[in-house]
Amino acid sequence: MIVADRKNVREIRDMIKDHDRVLLVGCGTCVTVCLAGGEREVGILGAAVRMALKLIGRGNVVVDECTIERQCEDAFIDALAPRVADYDAICSLGCGAGVQTLAERFPDTPVYPGLNTQFIGILESQGVWTEKCVGCGSCRLDEFAGICPISRCAKRLFNGPCGGSRDGKCEVDPQIECAWQLIYDRARALGILDRLEAIAAPQDWSTGLDGGPRKVVREDQCIADLGPSA
Amino acid sequence: MTDDRDAQPLILAFCCHYCAYAAADLAGAMRLQYPDNVRILRLPCTGKIEVNYILAAFEHGVDGVIVAGCLEGGCHFLEGNLRARRRVERAKQLLDEIGLEPERVEMFNLSSADGPRFAEIVTEMSERLARLGPSPLRTDRSSTEEGVEEMTRQADAVVAGESE
Repeated sequence: MIVADRKNVREIRDMIKDHDRVLLVGCGTCVTVCLAGGEREVGILGAAVRMALKLIGRGNVVVDECTIERQCEDAFIDALAPRVADYDAICSLGCGAGVQTLAERFPDTPVYPGLNTQFIGILESQGVWTEKCVGCGSCRLDEFAGICPISRCAKRLFNGPCGGSRDGKCEVDPQIECAWQLIYDRARALGILDRLEAIAAPQDWSTGLDGGPRKVVREDQCIADLGPSA
Repeated sequence: MTDDRDAQPLILAFCCHYCAYAAADLAGAMRLQYPDNVRILRLPCTGKIEVNYILAAFEHGVDGVIVAGCLEGGCHFLEGNLRARRRVERAKQLLDEIGLEPERVEMFNLSSADGPRFAEIVTEMSERLARLGPSPLRTDRSSTEEGVEEMTRQADAVVAGESE
């Protein structure tokens, strides 16, 4: 899932303080699961921002709250659309994709981010989320015993470990496990250590951060005659 | 007389049914003296508390919030009071970001036999809040009292619903 965390209340207050009516919009998908932008967090932030505004003499700013099922899909924004005309700004508690989807849907309304979108990750333990994937567009987990050296090695080494691996930990931070130690241990357990003898080829970054926004198109799912833009 | 009462800090105490609520009752039965500016909201366990309950109290204009649960290790639901303590810490962080003093909310632990301790807690918080001064969010005391009363009514309804 996409993992995010909330911006400081003061930062959000300063973004919206010059508006008169602001709608906080939560998202019921990833950011609800990572406890950053679901219905409960929207309620907490709403109360916090209203109080913060009042303390700087802007208590007359109306801050209302709502949460939709999914901000990153236009069809789910339909439920929100009738309300937006009553507000002169939106603060989204969705991920960066949610913020931009709302901005595209409501071109005349400023949309502010209430969260800092962090990474694609997992719930490691209750209240702790960890990055696992950078969305490189060319997955090579098969070569590395199912452990990603791009997201989990500080140097993103494809032929590791480096000299900074100490007792299974990374030299960057002793709290971080060395990804290459994990790769080695798992490959040994799976009986596929021989695969690590081959020199791993450089990554093809043309599928990653290169070349502008990426797109995935499933022609069979596109509406006939309208193409991918429909 | 009315003006003096208005100048006193208004405190909302979230009290666990199994300890602090009974301790408050005992303090009354023992005729102990403590400031009368505390309003008690009964929870089935402090583990029921959410950060937004605490923020709602401050939004209504209370000067301070007490969260009073069982002694650590003595929670009727095993770890509700430990969870409450972490939520109170979270609420303190948020109060700081909002621009209010984090000391306006505090977690306390006591047993149902601690009537005198309950009186001490209320006195301690009352003195602390008097030092901090009134909440800058309060507009008038009567609307704060009404807001707190409404919160208490809602909590009682939830507790009554759960015990049916």
